Amino acid sequence: MMQESNRSEFAQKLGVVISGSLTRGIEVKLDSSTSVEDMAVGRYVIIYGQKRRFFGMLTDVTLEVADERINATPSDASDPFLSAVLSGTATYGTIHVLPMLTINVAGDEQGYQPVKTVPSHFSPVTVASQRDVEMVFGKEDDKRFYIGTPLDMETKICLDLQEFVKRSNGIFGKSGTGKTFLTRLLLIGMLQKSAAVNLVFDMHNEYGWEGRSEDKGYKVKALKQLFPEKVAVFTLDEESSRRRKVSTDAVVKLGYDEIQPDDIALLRQTLNLTEAAVQASYQLARHFGSKRWLEAVLGMENDEATRELLVKLNIHEATFSNLRRGLEQIRRLGFLEPSTQQNPVDRILGYLKSGVSVVLEFGRYADLTAYMLVANMLSRRIYNQYREMTEKALGEESAQPRQLVITIEEAHKFLNTEVANQTIFGTIAREMRKYNVTLLIIDQRPSSIDEEVMSQLGTRITCLLDNERDVDAVLAGVSGKSELRSVLARLEPKQQVLIFGHAVPMPVVVRTREYGSEESLRSLVDSTQDVTKPVDEVIRELWG
Amino acid sequence: MLENQKTGEVIEASTSGYLAQCYELYQSPALGSLVKTRGDDNLDILGVVSNTATLGIEPGRRPIARGKDVVSEEEIYRESPQLYKLLKSEFDVMVIGYSVDGRIYQNLPPKPARIHGFVYLCTQEEVRVFSQCLDFLSLLLNASVEIPVEELVIATLREMARSYGSERRSFLIEAGKELAVLLSKDYVRLKTILRGLKYDAGE
Repeated sequence: MMQESNRSEFAQKLGVVISGSLTRGIEVKLDSSTSVEDMAVGRYVIIYGQKRRFFGMLTDVTLEVADERINATPSDASDPFLSAVLSGTATYGTIHVLPMLTINVAGDEQGYQPVKTVPSHFSPVTVASQRDVEMVFGKEDDKRFYIGTPLDMETKICLDLQEFVKRSNGIFGKSGTGKTFLTRLLLIGMLQKSAAVNLVFDMHNEYGWEGRSEDKGYKVKALKQLFPEKVAVFTLDEESSRRRKVSTDAVVKLGYDEIQPDDIALLRQTLNLTEAAVQASYQLARHFGSKRWLEAVLGMENDEATRELLVKLNIHEATFSNLRRGLEQIRRLGFLEPSTQQNPVDRILGYLKSGVSVVLEFGRYADLTAYMLVANMLSRRIYNQYREMTEKALGEESAQPRQLVITIEEAHKFLNTEVANQTIFGTIAREMRKYNVTLLIIDQRPSSIDEEVMSQLGTRITCLLDNERDVDAVLAGVSGKSELRSVLARLEPKQQVLIFGHAVPMPVVVRTREYGSEESLRSLVDSTQDVTKPVDEVIRELWG
Repeated sequence: MLENQKTGEVIEASTSGYLAQCYELYQSPALGSLVKTRGDDNLDILGVVSNTATLGIEPGRRPIARGKDVVSEEEIYRESPQLYKLLKSEFDVMVIGYSVDGRIYQNLPPKPARIHGFVYLCTQEEVRVFSQCLDFLSLLLNASVEIPVEELVIATLREMARSYGSERRSFLIEAGKELAVLLSKDYVRLKTILRGLKYDAGE
């Protein structure tokens, strides 16, 4: 009886369950009053089983005929009476529903569990109501961040960001599908809703200060402008930052002594080095000491002493010149100096410890060599310090260091099968939360990322992907993969994302909330809890 | 409520149907009309007219042609009024349900109609109430009657639709859908019936 009364609250019955299985999903025959054209993959439906309600996602729509002979004389359908009679009976639509969760209806307890069975035959199916969706995805609160709305609905879909930051996560999508906007949104969310601090390696200078909306051409405010107290912008390229009128907090210069042979190994492909040359760098580092080796190698003359040393270290001359050429390329990077007094790692850590997120702009050094070198170098040292701090905290039972999320772009360059073991990011992705450091990786070629790393990602957020291999890589290990594949391939190229994994109870297609207009920014800033200035004042400053 | 019109009398009966004779020559109800007769135990047996016939009262004696010297057909009957007594109109009724104490069952009744039971035409109201449920269609489709079953279905639905007035079309669509389910594996039969009802379902 209770089921009956519940059902009547949500009108729009779509049809009834006719077959299915837990692994393949449920087939639902549409009622004749339901038009197949109103169905859209990615929508949510509720199946009213006899004992429980099932929450599922529509993943396919099919046209069926009861008797094949109808197809032989299709012109009959032009008769309005005939087509009215036949629709829903002899010719009908079915939808394929992937059940995701079961919802408790009995008693006062409201909640959901992963689905472990299927609804019985002829269970009625309706479109999920706002209330159902809200119950599953939660309301915006101090740990959930409103990321967008489901298709054809105004309900807010919220990500549990406190859970989100505990594991490494990935944002994927073809170029131009809105990864950057999404990342900005998530970073803002993390600033607001989680205790985590962010370290963003900002290859294209998009996250710290204002970026440009690609299709509309207007400027979009970024983190530092929205949360001046919570974000510091570091730059590798002071000139570029000044030209763009970015208020930077520090200019980062790196000394030669910071560069380790491991960093060179990572850059093997970008610097076009041979395997032997990489090995040679390790030998040279052992010979000269890890602090001095780069300067020493760059200072080596083409003379007898050099040749003797090479013979002694058993390094072939061609190998050495290959290495040398690569290192020269590094030397040309303007932010590297033979020796520098400043210790960028300590500075960054200082900010991070006090709860201020750091965005590192690369300015004109937007090439992969610089990006990989710096990101890897800094992350490695920060990670080491974090590990020390965490271990110390364990020993002394003091407070653990603040959760740190490192954002990297072009992640497949760091995390491909070949180098994932050498870079610090591979380690962070695998060892995850033990030391309170996790990754937010942004990439357009997820198929190039090491499988092991992909499998460790907690939450995957993906914009449109159409390459088969990329889709496979993103969906690897997810139940209902083939169904999600059809959903993923049909995302709109802008503003629509598929989210699945740890931070959401079930895979969900989201139209991301607006980001960029004054109103949307106001709503973002509004919900922060500890803005010291009144909101209006912040807005006025932002918009002049 | 309108009085039921008495239209004939049962002269042969079985569980699945009965034969009734009209009180007046040629006054048989239309093919497909819903009629009822009182059975045993206070039940009303409901059926549809599945065939009608007019023939001589003596089996084996056929009427002969009489109109050679007259102008109109009416004249024949005027000149030989005995014809009204020598000929009879009969109609077959196929039983499609019964009612007891106002509850309608669309199945065969436990006992057949009684000989000399009066046969009444159902009122429009009764037709509407009966056709709220369309289970009788499966009985109709499986009938063994002298006319093609499809024709009987068409005639029945057409007669029933008349009692629906402006809702005629939606009744026919609903009945059509029921038929589409019953005939899901026989599209040709389904189409024959639907085509037959096409004009009745016109706007």
